[in-house]
Amino acid sequence: MEILVCARRVPDTSENEITLNSAGNDIERDELVYSVNEPDNYAVEEALQIVAKAGGNVTVVTVGGEDDEEILRREMAMGAHHGVLISDEAFSGSDGRGIATILKTFVQKGNYDLVLTGVQAEDGGAQVGGMLAAMLDYPFASLVNSIEVLDGRKLKIGREIAGGNREISEIDLPCVLSIQTGINEPRYVGMRGIRAVASVPIPTYGVSELGIDPGAVGEAAARVKRVDYFLPQLGKGAEMLEGSREEVIDKLVELVAAKGGLK
Amino acid sequence: MEGIQLATQVTPWLASGRTLFLLIHLLGITGFAYIVAMRLVPLLRAQRDLRFDRPLARVGKVLKFGLAQWKHPRYRVAGILHIFIFAGFICLVIRAFYVLIVGVSENFVMPGLSGEAGHVYNIITDYSATVVFLCMVIAIVRRLVFKPARYAVPEKFGKAHTADAVFLLALIAVLMLADSLFSAARAAGQAQQGQTVEVLAAWSLPWMLKSLLASSSLSALKDVYFGAYLLHEVTFYFLLCYRPFGIQFHVETSLFNLYFAKLERGTVKPVRYGVSDEHLDQVKSFGVKTFEDFTWKHMLDFYSCADCGRCSDNCPANAVGRPLSPRFITTKARDYAFQHYPMFGKSTNHQPLIGNLYSEDEIWSCTTCGACEEECPLLVEYIDKIVDLRRGMIDDGNVPQSLQKPLKALESRGNPYGKLEKKRADWANAKEFRQTCPVKTLDGKNHADTLYFVDSVTSYDDRMQSIGRATAKILDHVGENFGILGAAEKDSGHEVRRFGEETLFMALRDHNVDAIKASGAKRIVTADPHAFNALKHDYKDLPPVEHISQVIASELKSGKIKFNAVENVDDVYTYHDPCYLGRHNQIYDDPRNVLDAIPGLKRVEMSRSRDRSFCCGGGGLAMFYEPKEEERMGVKRVRMAAEAGANVIVTACPFCMVNIEDAIKVAGMEGKMTAIDLAELTEKQMMRESPVVETKGTVEIQQESVAGR
Amino acid sequence: MARIFAYIVHKGGVADDSAAELAAAARKIDATGSPTAVVTGWGAELDTVCNALRGSYTEVWKIANESLAYPNAELVRKSLVKVLPAGSVVLVSHEHFGIDLAPGLSVKMNAAFVSDVLGIEGSEDSHLKVVRQEFGGQVSAHVDCDISSGAVVTVRPGAFKPLENVPAGGSLIDKSADVGALTAGRRYLQTVVAESGDVDITQHSVLVSIGRGIQEKDNVAMAQELADAMGAALSCSRPVVDAKWLDKSRQVGSSGKTVKPKVYLACGISGAFQHLVGIKGNPFIVAINKNPKAPIFQVADVGIVDDLLEFLPELTNKIREMHNVPAKRTA
Repeated sequence: MEILVCARRVPDTSENEITLNSAGNDIERDELVYSVNEPDNYAVEEALQIVAKAGGNVTVVTVGGEDDEEILRREMAMGAHHGVLISDEAFSGSDGRGIATILKTFVQKGNYDLVLTGVQAEDGGAQVGGMLAAMLDYPFASLVNSIEVLDGRKLKIGREIAGGNREISEIDLPCVLSIQTGINEPRYVGMRGIRAVASVPIPTYGVSELGIDPGAVGEAAARVKRVDYFLPQLGKGAEMLEGSREEVIDKLVELVAAKGGLK
Repeated sequence: MEGIQLATQVTPWLASGRTLFLLIHLLGITGFAYIVAMRLVPLLRAQRDLRFDRPLARVGKVLKFGLAQWKHPRYRVAGILHIFIFAGFICLVIRAFYVLIVGVSENFVMPGLSGEAGHVYNIITDYSATVVFLCMVIAIVRRLVFKPARYAVPEKFGKAHTADAVFLLALIAVLMLADSLFSAARAAGQAQQGQTVEVLAAWSLPWMLKSLLASSSLSALKDVYFGAYLLHEVTFYFLLCYRPFGIQFHVETSLFNLYFAKLERGTVKPVRYGVSDEHLDQVKSFGVKTFEDFTWKHMLDFYSCADCGRCSDNCPANAVGRPLSPRFITTKARDYAFQHYPMFGKSTNHQPLIGNLYSEDEIWSCTTCGACEEECPLLVEYIDKIVDLRRGMIDDGNVPQSLQKPLKALESRGNPYGKLEKKRADWANAKEFRQTCPVKTLDGKNHADTLYFVDSVTSYDDRMQSIGRATAKILDHVGENFGILGAAEKDSGHEVRRFGEETLFMALRDHNVDAIKASGAKRIVTADPHAFNALKHDYKDLPPVEHISQVIASELKSGKIKFNAVENVDDVYTYHDPCYLGRHNQIYDDPRNVLDAIPGLKRVEMSRSRDRSFCCGGGGLAMFYEPKEEERMGVKRVRMAAEAGANVIVTACPFCMVNIEDAIKVAGMEGKMTAIDLAELTEKQMMRESPVVETKGTVEIQQESVAGR
Repeated sequence: MARIFAYIVHKGGVADDSAAELAAAARKIDATGSPTAVVTGWGAELDTVCNALRGSYTEVWKIANESLAYPNAELVRKSLVKVLPAGSVVLVSHEHFGIDLAPGLSVKMNAAFVSDVLGIEGSEDSHLKVVRQEFGGQVSAHVDCDISSGAVVTVRPGAFKPLENVPAGGSLIDKSADVGALTAGRRYLQTVVAESGDVDITQHSVLVSIGRGIQEKDNVAMAQELADAMGAALSCSRPVVDAKWLDKSRQVGSSGKTVKPKVYLACGISGAFQHLVGIKGNPFIVAINKNPKAPIFQVADVGIVDDLLEFLPELTNKIREMHNVPAKRTA
């Protein structure tokens, strides 16, 4: 099984406090700690477990720049066989669709049985996997939390649906799956492992290697653009709800519903 | 039969058996040599271990723990029994040689022991044999009737060892009996023939046997004599060859094990002896994954274990029902060695230890408290082995999920909580505190002679930050010119190292050493015993390190610190020795002296205190991972405090404080028991200069906001 | 202004709550137009849903096809592509089905895609301005979306309040014939229902969390009922696990799990550092505690000082009322 995992380097949400920069047009990036997007890490672990049983190779690819190589190395320290960086000035400013377009040309250069992405990244887009599949005309499933390899170029997959239930389906290969966290327990990658792959060469693919039309990607082609960041309303300490119990409950229910807390 | 004049001249009663005895000698000695050689095979394949330095110190250990049996009396009955047995054996060594040789060389006299010396020696050996025999009987009765709990074998570890133990004890008793019978028969024979009788010590075993034999016929005596000799020789050689197959191998290996015992305290072995840090990336595999990855000394440990169970009896993980029982770490490894390195045939398949011999949880259960090592009379080492096994698991990526986050946070943020580096010194910025006790950061602009190394728990945990503030106030009060590293400080890495992540530890260590050197500090003080231990033993080439309890104790002597009387005279205090201050660094008295210097403070001692202190459960990244257990260590400890009659627990470690305060809640003892840190108590009771500004230690607790606010 | 469609999910003959929310969202995009509901499915259940939707949408398009009896995103997509006019704006609820359907749909329709929208500011010159969140809700962002070739927009559930006045008496148009035969590379097999032991609290966006304030094992059930009524999962702090009232997999904290919910109800939890350190991503925290000085009130957004054991059942009843589930008698 040749498996491709599309990964991304993101600011680590659990080790960072996200604040706005002084200009107010972006988040403060100076002291951010970056790491591989958590669902992508689960995807790589899943891929490694699949090839451990079924044989094959795991390739990890990312679209970005020099800084993003570090996550490729980390996944290779974990056991991925190949790491590929897709980088070109022409790609910067791409929206989700642009990224999917870029990845599509890369997938078509290889011969992958299975393409994995993480469910979503820090921007909560949850889009690249589905878009990539549609562009390739591969079947797709999102929120995958279990994979079983079947005979005859098929997989049995479980998807996470409401209420903690699992939707079980059969899907043909080649396909694209977006992987949800918790599908497995990723192995630990220590500093030692990362140092060991520090000098492994990582090929870079640009516009010419991919044979892609630069007009289809990049900032100019992007249809979705973030205008700015702003902070939601902050509260100082708790707003204590006063009144009779009934009044308190009414107010509470209203507040919780507004935050999406009632299904 | 000719009459024999000299008692030391042997009778020709053994003459007929000479060839037989010689044969048994040969078989016994070659057998033993072969067995020992086969037992050495795995040690030759093991990793190196540098134990050949400082011979004088090593001999000192042999004398203290071997000859003087220093640790044995910690368990009174068994300890005293063993001292007698050991003393008896020492006395009997020469006699044993004599008896063995006599069968083939009838006129043999031990050089130096003819005449008066010989007589005295014989009296000694008569009593020795008696004492040993009695001890065997008592020991057997203990095993069969009283069954001390620590000998029990939990089901998951296999069958009870009682039968084997009793068998060996019985054999030694038989040996003593045979020896005594031998002397008795000869003396009886001499008496019957009107020869000079070798005097037997009154009321000794041979003496009593002689009176039983007094009326036997000479030919019967001759048979008894011959038979006793044969029995003695056979039993002796059987024991000699059987011992290397079980726990009694310690008879041969113990003195070596003591000689090669670890000399340094508080630190962990390097990944590979002889490989410096810079060359570690050439090492293919870290840690212990298969049996051969252990060092030869660790294998010698496995051989030397006497299965006494004292380690497990004191192990807190074992006490709370975790899968770990140190005794079985050793005996399982020993059994593995015996099974896979057989007497005949090649060594068999080398499986990974984790998953086959040991379970993961078994190895993660250890808090590295050191109670096992403190207790073991043979100085068997445990912490190094467990850390090595952990190194192996980490090398294979086998880390429990809940621990990957703090490890990653330590890598990226230098603290296990994942909090921002720049907030590391926020504890010193609490409004009220900052005004009365500004703490400077040694960042190149500020300088000070003393560095207060705070470490992560005290820096970030909002309850423990008050320990930081109290410590700063104390240093300020005694006029110490001190500062902190602030954001430049990273976690000391003490737990990281004992967790097995050596590479991450080295990164943290190197960073901190650079920061400490850059600060120009000539002295380091810390209130965290884990940091104290790391800076003192794991780090090299640093200025001297002290724990705050040592500072307070010495400033009490100098008079710079004076205490006010306690507020509530009804409170009963007890001191809980933190493992890394007490056991690992043997600082027991300074904290106690501090408490005793507070007027009106009533202090009691828990039954497990000082080097028998019971771990709170905080070591080895335990705050982020708990194996399955029946009860929490902290809860057991808090109950011990209540049993001792105390309602205030004083400790000198933020890890302990976290666990003990938590445990008070879990045990439902809120309101009945409180905990306070030694630094906090000192700061509270310190007599300040000006009577007006008496800050009663009301410390503002700074809440660490949830990210994003 | 492009035509706006709202794809409606349904189950057991009942339309999902998001149907009303999508209508409200559509109103924000185009204040004057009215969106068309699009529903796929099969049989009597589909008909029931379509008829009900006529009460809140002026036009309802029905796509009935036997292969759509169980909602398969690939098949639904293929059917929508055949039926929806080019350049349309399609609204879908951002939940497990929408996540499956929407991105691929946007590619096949050559439309722009923007997801998990929780605010819409309006549209101008074929540019739609929306509000999203990033970094697990820690920051919000204004996003501009070029909808000149259409757009597929997924909408955060609960973010848009249903409209007060809805145009009743909508027309039903059957588009089933336009669809034809449908095949997909993915085939539904079955649904496995979760047992309580299978709950992964790290995956839930709403958590009802209990601490020692719950006092007894028997009271845990009342917290579970609240969680069920809210569609939330039950989690806890360490003492509850130590007391063995809940499994360790439910523990939030430094030695338990790290959770990133949107809403966190801390019931009878004091707010110790080791517990709080397991809550990331700046959720909306409601604290209910008898002790007004509990540290949790420092970090919560909303605080209620009350007896947990009396408060919870009343809260549960209120929520059930809202969902038209008969209230249980409080003891």
